[in-house]
Amino acid sequence: MTEKSKFQSVVREIMATSITRVVLSILLGFFFGGIFMVLFNENVVATYGNFFSAPGDTFLAAFNTIVDGYGALLRGAIFNPEGRDLVAMFRPITETLRMAAPLVMAGLGLALGFRVGLFNIGGTGQIVMGLAGATWVATRMELPPIIHMIVAVIAAVVCAAAWGAFAGFLKARTGAHEVIVTIMMNYIALDFFTWMLRTKGLLLAATGGGTPKSDPPAATAMLPTLFGDMYKIHIGIFIAIAATFAYWLLMERSAIGYRFRMVGHNANAARAAGIKVESTFVWAMAVSAAFIGLAAANQALSNPGGITTSLNADIGFDAITVALLGGNSAKRIAAAGLLFGAFKAGSPAMQVVGVSPEILGVVQALIVLFIAAPPLIKAMLRLPEPALEQKVVA
Amino acid sequence: MKLELRGITKRFGSLVANDAISLTVQPGEIVSLLGENGAGKSTLMNVLYGLYQADAGQILVDDQEANFKGPGDAMAAGIGMVHQHFMLIPVFTVAENVALGHEPTKFAGQIDLSEARARVKEISDQFGFNVDPDALVRDLPVGVQQRVEIIKALSRNAKTLVLDEPTAVLTPQETDELMTIMKQLAAAGTSIIFITHKLREVKAVADRIVVIRLGKVVGEAKPSAPASELASLMVGREVDLSVERSKKAPGEVVLSLSNISVRDDRGQLAVDSLSVEVRAGEVLAIAGVQGNGQTELAEAIVGLRKLEKGSGEIKFKGENIEHKSVRHRLDDFLSYVPEDRKKDGLISEFTLEENIMLNQSYDDDRGAEFVNRGLINTKVLEAEAEKVIKEFDVRTQGSKSLAGQLSGGNQQKLVLAREMSRPHDVLLVSQPTRGVDVGSIEFIHDQIMQERDDQQTAVILISTELDEVLALADRIAVMYRGRIVGIVSADATRETLGKMMAGIAA
Repeated sequence: MTEKSKFQSVVREIMATSITRVVLSILLGFFFGGIFMVLFNENVVATYGNFFSAPGDTFLAAFNTIVDGYGALLRGAIFNPEGRDLVAMFRPITETLRMAAPLVMAGLGLALGFRVGLFNIGGTGQIVMGLAGATWVATRMELPPIIHMIVAVIAAVVCAAAWGAFAGFLKARTGAHEVIVTIMMNYIALDFFTWMLRTKGLLLAATGGGTPKSDPPAATAMLPTLFGDMYKIHIGIFIAIAATFAYWLLMERSAIGYRFRMVGHNANAARAAGIKVESTFVWAMAVSAAFIGLAAANQALSNPGGITTSLNADIGFDAITVALLGGNSAKRIAAAGLLFGAFKAGSPAMQVVGVSPEILGVVQALIVLFIAAPPLIKAMLRLPEPALEQKVVA
Repeated sequence: MKLELRGITKRFGSLVANDAISLTVQPGEIVSLLGENGAGKSTLMNVLYGLYQADAGQILVDDQEANFKGPGDAMAAGIGMVHQHFMLIPVFTVAENVALGHEPTKFAGQIDLSEARARVKEISDQFGFNVDPDALVRDLPVGVQQRVEIIKALSRNAKTLVLDEPTAVLTPQETDELMTIMKQLAAAGTSIIFITHKLREVKAVADRIVVIRLGKVVGEAKPSAPASELASLMVGREVDLSVERSKKAPGEVVLSLSNISVRDDRGQLAVDSLSVEVRAGEVLAIAGVQGNGQTELAEAIVGLRKLEKGSGEIKFKGENIEHKSVRHRLDDFLSYVPEDRKKDGLISEFTLEENIMLNQSYDDDRGAEFVNRGLINTKVLEAEAEKVIKEFDVRTQGSKSLAGQLSGGNQQKLVLAREMSRPHDVLLVSQPTRGVDVGSIEFIHDQIMQERDDQQTAVILISTELDEVLALADRIAVMYRGRIVGIVSADATRETLGKMMAGIAA
């Protein structure tokens, strides 16, 4: 019989972080991000020399840097009042939504796995398999518009789900830990995809030389943009919204989601209630990866330049942070995806004002760290659980 | 050491867990703290042990006010605690466990266990504990592990021992041994606070009984007080501990096991060619000391454990079911109340409602229609949950609260509510009243008898509590080392059963 591992309970506790603490973590993340900004900013560093004679200069420079940096983030991610015209002013928010869509989809997938007690680290591998499926359909098949797109999306979802299900199968069958299995399968998937991209007749571009790169997806398979050529944003954001709703319906309202949660909380009780725990693992991995497959389709079918290996794979990891931040609620996962989407959209603007965009990576990491640290520290120090039973009316 | 708690009040939010509780323990006195689950006993002891800070009130040690910021302070003041769940490290030896936390070291930081070993031996000899300092804790029986906990406390010069539900995990023999030990300790001057809800034990060992209900001291009694009086004090109303049973002839054979063998997790034969049958409207008790294959037998009936290849059959109304899945057995005829409700019977993180549909989450399950086209029908579920919560007297703040927040007795009632309210022909209940308070025991026993009398259910009751077995059973099968030693009728004496539990056929 499988016992709940400490690892699983830590993940579960991270997912159950209260919204207050999440907001606090985000604020703290920005605060420390600001400190980093100041420490390494050229203008501020230049004032260090006469810090003792004119400390005011240092503080002023520091203040300006933070205002400039986060100001640029807002301009790059939400609204740019300095834009040439209205179209340019509103471009940032459309970029944020565009960047957020795949994070939300993949984040939902990983969060689903976490709730079933499966720490799916295989986002990368699953996304890559989805990319392979979608790209193959988009570049090698000829179908009417819309239908072509739908088939390509389905291909991505099925390929990713199958790859995830296989990891679940290995866990169920052999008892191997899914973290190890999915990490190893990431490498296999990446190499497999590279091989496909290098091989004529598979995914290698017809015009392609030595670089492993696919043809651009057929126009019939592309996700349509929402505002023509005005903005890059495409229907992916609506797919993400639909996915969020589907996730909520599945996990909070459906019997399947109920059984998923049951296995995630207490596999023993699930087994005693007649649930086949092992096959639930396989199904949960498949559904988890299916959401990630949506993210893959979003990427493969929105990039007019053709797919390379290095592109997009990191979404699998970014999605882990989205899932941890989003916790158990679909709405929160969507919000977390938006936040990190805004980081992605806003980082070029920060670079323009001389703040290195890597700061945003630091902020992102800090936020997750602040959320994940308390349960981790508690587990490491083995602090006792607060006794629930005593707080109850007899 | 004289210990006095004066007006201790402890609140959790709006809930007053302890309401101005006062309690005095004289040196060498055994005071029983009697109360239902959730009455506030454990909270009080956690305040005493420094785990919680009281909102009001004082703790006095030998008439000096003490202020315990943590268990360290309490221990230093001579208070030792033996928790219901042992705080021992299984892979360490007894001496290592005893030394843990204040390990004396030799040159270059080597741990010096000789002192701990000597201390264990000294205490063990003094009270006849019979504990080997070099034995690994995981190899020791539960009863001996408990003695290690007591030694741990005594080795730190505890003058007052708090025993929190110490007999919940013990066999009747081990319980008797513990009682003897408690009396010896008291005779040697150690004060003991004995937390329990078992009346028989209180009467056997306590000098004085303090009854707590809903966070307040509601009375004190002498151990000579009749059990029914103590029970009434505890529950706050008249309690009838006897079970009413009608004489009647049982019906047809519903479930029959013939020659089944099952292995436990370690691969040992835990059930060995066992045959037994149970009829409609009959309670068949499986008695025996814990660990004689009862758990594995229950799991085999449910289908959680496979029968040994080529061994025997399980038939429901003449039809072989040993190949059927757990889900189909539960759906077709079986209601199952597992012995470890927290581990197997419910999901603490789920609401009461969600726990009600635990084994009815498929569209085609018999009984209540909780699921419709794959979606949970929350209205139906809520209505059913409210109904059974009321019917089974589950004390809760509402069907949306979490099962983990219920007291043990109420958790058990929740599991019973779920299992009894869905269609079934066979009810398999394992340790239905373990860790359950008196008020709930009475209720649970009545429910089981109603199953027998009104529903004509075939009831299999697995219990290590002789009182329970004698009160409820029509026939008693005693299990020993995976076999049934014999089956006797309900008028068998304790002595007969005791002998059978030791493997001697009647």
